[in-house]
Amino acid sequence: MQLDERLFRHEAGRMVTALTRLLGVHNLALAEDVVQEAFCRAADVWKFRGVPDNPAAWLMATAKNCALDALRRERTARTFAPELGRHLQSEWTLAPVVEEFFAAEAIKDDLLRMMFACCHPRLPEAGRVALILHILCGFSVGEVAAALMSGRDAIEKRLGRAKQLLAGSKRLFDVGNAADFAARLPAVRRALYLLFSEGYHGASPERAVRAELCREAMRLTAVLIDHPEGRTPETYALAALMSLNAARLSTRIDASGDLVPLIDQDRSLWNGDLIEEGLRLLTLAAQSSELSSYHLEAAIAAAHARAGAPQDTDWAKIVWLYDMLMAIRPGPVVALNRAIAIAEKDGPELGLAAIRAIDRPDRLARYPFFPAALGELELRRGDRSAAARHFRAALALARSPAERRHYQRRINACGGPAARGARAGETRTAPIG
Amino acid sequence: MGEFTFLYRGGSDLSTRSPEERQKTMEKWMAWFKDMGAKGLVKDPGHPLEAGGKLVRGKPIAVSDGPFAEAKDLIGGYTLIEASDLAHAAEIAKGCPILEGGGAVEVRPVMKMNM
Repeated sequence: MQLDERLFRHEAGRMVTALTRLLGVHNLALAEDVVQEAFCRAADVWKFRGVPDNPAAWLMATAKNCALDALRRERTARTFAPELGRHLQSEWTLAPVVEEFFAAEAIKDDLLRMMFACCHPRLPEAGRVALILHILCGFSVGEVAAALMSGRDAIEKRLGRAKQLLAGSKRLFDVGNAADFAARLPAVRRALYLLFSEGYHGASPERAVRAELCREAMRLTAVLIDHPEGRTPETYALAALMSLNAARLSTRIDASGDLVPLIDQDRSLWNGDLIEEGLRLLTLAAQSSELSSYHLEAAIAAAHARAGAPQDTDWAKIVWLYDMLMAIRPGPVVALNRAIAIAEKDGPELGLAAIRAIDRPDRLARYPFFPAALGELELRRGDRSAAARHFRAALALARSPAERRHYQRRINACGGPAARGARAGETRTAPIG
Repeated sequence: MGEFTFLYRGGSDLSTRSPEERQKTMEKWMAWFKDMGAKGLVKDPGHPLEAGGKLVRGKPIAVSDGPFAEAKDLIGGYTLIEASDLAHAAEIAKGCPILEGGGAVEVRPVMKMNM
C-alpha cells in the first residue's frame, strides 16, 4: 500500500472539524487532542502491521473511537454539543449518535465548514491565515511560525486568541445557510489569496515550505470550487491566478533558494499543465461581467504565461491591466508593479517617473523590492552610482539570506565591468516575477 | 541462526508534533521493517502495546493499574527477529528509528531448548 506523504496533514483538518461538530466548538482543544491521539494510534499500529487498504477511512474510524472514549471519560466533567446531551447518559444511544456525526454525508462539507469558521469577521486577517494553516493544513505551531516567518511565541499567542474566539462561538459555521455563506465568502477567498501569496512572495528561505503553502492554498480553493455556492466567477479567478503563478514557482527560486528574475527563468520548465488549467479557470471566471482584482491578477499572470520568450511579452496589455487593478484595488505594491511594467513598455525614464508618482511611497519603506526596482531602472539608464545606492538600501531591508545574496550581486553588478552589460532585459528583479 | 526479541522502550511522543512529523516518523519505521523483511530477518513483526494495563503481583495477590514504569522505560511494542547471533541482532537494532527519538531497543535472545 503506497501511502500519500501528506495523508496525515490533509486528514487532520477534516478530522478536527468532524470532532468539533461532535464535541461542540467550545471543546476545540479537546477535538485537537483526540485527533493527535488518533494519529498516534494509527502510526503505532501501521508501523508494525502495515498500512490498511483505506488509510483515510481507518484514521477517521480511529478518531471516532478515540472520541467515544473521550465522551465516556469526560461526560460528567464537560458539556458537549447540545444534540448529544441527552444521549450521553446511555451507552445504547451514544454510539449510534456518534456514528451519525461521522457519516459520509455529514463529513462531506467539513473542510469548507472549518474554512469559513476560521474566517470569523472578528479575527484579523493574519489570524485567519494562521488558523487555517494550523487547523486545516495540520501545521504545528512551530511550522506555522516558520511558514509565516514569525516568532513562535507571537504565533502561539495569535493562534491562542483565534482559537479562543472560535471556541466562544455557539457552533461551527453553517455552510447550508446561503446568505451567511455568500456574506463570508469574500473573506475566505481573501485568506486563501494571502496564504498563496505568502508562499509565492513570502520571505521563507525554504523552497519546500513555500511550495507547500501554495499547494495548500490551491487544495483549499479547489474545495471551495467543489461547492455550488462557492463556485463563483471570482473564485474561479482566484483559482486561475494561483494555477498560472504556481506554474512558474519552480523556476522562480533556484535550487540554492535564490530568486530568479522573470526574465531569466527557463520558460521551458514552466508547468504546462498548470498553465492550461489556469487558462481554463480564467475562461470560467469570465462567464459574467464581474471583474475582481483576482480576474486582473490572473490575466496578468496569463499574459506572462502566454509569452514564449521575454521579448514576446505583451507589456502594453499588462500596463493596461495594472491600470484597471489600480482602479479596483489601489495600493503601493500594485503601483510599483505598474511602474515596472511601464518601464518594460516605454523605457526606464518613464518607469522611474511612474515610481516617483506613487502616492505616499513611505508605505513601501520596509519593502525591499521598492529600492530594488529603483536600482534596476537606474542601472538600465546608466546611473551606476544611483543604482548601487538603491541596491544597498534593498540589501538593508532584505528578509532572508537568499534576498541578501541577490542584492549583494546587484551591488557588485553596479561597480565592475559587469555593469556595462546591463542592457535592457538582462537581469532585472521585479516583484511581478 | 537464532531468534531474538526486540522490546521497544520509550521514545519521544511529544503531543506538539505535527501530523506531518508523525507520519514521517511512521514512514521511517515502515522503511526499517521493510528492509529487515527483505533480508528475511523478521520472524514476526509483533505489535504495539497500549500504554495502560494491569499489574498483578504479590502475596497476597494485588491487582493495580499501569503504567508500571516511567515513560522512558515503558515497553511500547515488540518484534521477533531472526539473526545469526546476538551481535548481529544488536547491529540490526541500530537501525531502529526509535533511537532518533531518544528511545531504546532491548535485544533479548529467545531461550531455546537444545536436545
